[in-house]
Amino acid sequence: MNTVILRTVAPPITALMLVFSVFVLLRGHNEPGGGFIGGLIAASALAIYGIAHGVAAVRLAIRFHPMAIAGFGLLLATLSGFVSIFAGVPFMTGLWIYPSLFGVEVPLATVISFDIGVYFVVVGAIAGIALTLEGREED
Amino acid sequence: MAAPTTAPIDLSAAYLMAPTALADWLVIAPIGLMILLGAVLMMVRHRLHLHGWIAIPGLAALVLLDGMLLWRVVHHGPFTMTAGRWLPPFGISFTADLFGALMAFVAAVVALAAGIYALRDIDASGRRYGFFPFLMLLMAGVTGAFLTGDIFNLYVWFEVLLISSFGLLILGSEREQVDGALKYAILNLLGTTLFLIAVGYLYAIFGTLNMADIARQAGDYHGTAPLMTLTALFVLAFAMKAAAFPVNFWLPASYHTPRIVVSALFGGLLTKVGVYALMRVMVMLFPLQREDLSLVIAVSAALSMVLGALGALAQSDLRRMAGFAVIAGIGNVMAGVAIGGPTGVSGAILYALHSIVTMTALYLLIGEAARVGGSWSLQTLGGIYRKAPWVAASAFVIFFATAGLPPFSGLWPKIVLLKAALDIGAWWLSASILFSAFILTLALGRVFLLAFWRPQPAGAAVTVTTGTVERSAPLVGLVAIIVFFGLFPELPVRLSQEAAIGLADPTAYIQSVFPTGGAE
Repeated sequence: MNTVILRTVAPPITALMLVFSVFVLLRGHNEPGGGFIGGLIAASALAIYGIAHGVAAVRLAIRFHPMAIAGFGLLLATLSGFVSIFAGVPFMTGLWIYPSLFGVEVPLATVISFDIGVYFVVVGAIAGIALTLEGREED
Repeated sequence: MAAPTTAPIDLSAAYLMAPTALADWLVIAPIGLMILLGAVLMMVRHRLHLHGWIAIPGLAALVLLDGMLLWRVVHHGPFTMTAGRWLPPFGISFTADLFGALMAFVAAVVALAAGIYALRDIDASGRRYGFFPFLMLLMAGVTGAFLTGDIFNLYVWFEVLLISSFGLLILGSEREQVDGALKYAILNLLGTTLFLIAVGYLYAIFGTLNMADIARQAGDYHGTAPLMTLTALFVLAFAMKAAAFPVNFWLPASYHTPRIVVSALFGGLLTKVGVYALMRVMVMLFPLQREDLSLVIAVSAALSMVLGALGALAQSDLRRMAGFAVIAGIGNVMAGVAIGGPTGVSGAILYALHSIVTMTALYLLIGEAARVGGSWSLQTLGGIYRKAPWVAASAFVIFFATAGLPPFSGLWPKIVLLKAALDIGAWWLSASILFSAFILTLALGRVFLLAFWRPQPAGAAVTVTTGTVERSAPLVGLVAIIVFFGLFPELPVRLSQEAAIGLADPTAYIQSVFPTGGAE
């Protein structure tokens, strides 16, 4: 789509949506949100950028192939499930650490890394599909 | 437990308090390994030279892990790991019993053989499409289906293997492949949807999805809940997956289109996942309903094996012929389920194990025959015996095993099934087993005569590609397994009998999920 308005606002909207997707991802730990919906928001951000500036620009911007991103997410999620082998508890048991960053206690868990994995799987898979479909349209 | 400062809560009501032994991880390790390798292969999808180096050691490790799992189950009985430390039935359990572990192990062996064959059969474009990542995820789905102890989770693994199989089926995106894949996809999605609906009904009745929990409660609901409807839905869904008559037509319509190694994997593994699920649900969860439905299953079994064999006789394309041979094999397994009892079920398990190896070997053999003869069609093939004697020798073994002739591995399950059928007086079922074997012998003998003994027909254009060790080693390995277990059948016969007993009387299975009797 070649309107000046869209081409001008697309980059800030994309940036805003990507930040928002991370917010939803982290918020999902105790409130509505999470990796799946966060990933969908991020993938829509990439799709909007693709509509405005073309698929090639998106592929350049995300550096890695969408499938590689999905693969990385799957790897992270699966490894999160296997961390509990070292604690003597079953597969996928949530394990927590509470490091103190600048005096604030931050609870980190394998649950979060699993959710981040889900986020990347969704971003990679949905962005891959969206970019392929948008690419067909341009041909 | 979001912060370390909160007061301690009594966790033992919901949590498993006993520490988990490292050996318990064996039930999840094969699945996790396949998903991990699939993820890594997706990340290096464009570095084609790495694929083989990751995938083949990975599949070898899968064989090793499944072998250790099988060893543990044989010696210590079924065991369970429930994800997230939650107590079953609330947590999702993975339970390895002898039946599941046997199937998973044999599937891993076959996948390794197919993976090695694929090193030559799948070219660079096939790898770029993602053959090896799909293969890993397919094996994750297959192994997951064999080892899960939760019926909804079984559905999830069906989906995993289905999605991967779509990818493998259209590798190359040829017109014919897309056509075959469409039929395959629609019918399998229908089957999966039926399965999901049945799981929904099951949850409405039982309020649990844990298979051990269902197995111990199924007797209480007899006569008060529509278990017959439920079981019939499951039978239809799994028969679709297994390609049993009358819902078998998608298999010969699609299995001849992909690369031969993909056909080999599908013919060996996918339909067997369907019969595995059928046996798990019918024999272990709803044994009373299985008795009521046994006539329906028996008729379907008899028609599958006879029509499958007749279909094989009618084909001139070798790949289509193999598709019908797969259906005939499914008929034999279904016959064992219909007969029931320890002998019938052990015959079915033994046949399923034999069929996984033999059907994969049959497809790989056809790949080799086509490589040497330069065609898939019986009209132009010829003279393979002279050109490649070892291919002809493997063909001899595999054809005999497929038809169930001695001295190869196909003989023993048929003997067990025949005996079981005669014991309950189902003469027509035993007659159809024999008739199907006879027709299959004719069909395969015809292939041997035309493609192997007959001299090459004049005027047939032949492009022969050279054989390599990557192509011949898997075939020779599978043939060695077929010959060995044909000559020394004691071990698989004994294991399949134990597996059948464990399936018919799942006390040990339930005990492994609910060691203390569990929450009522």
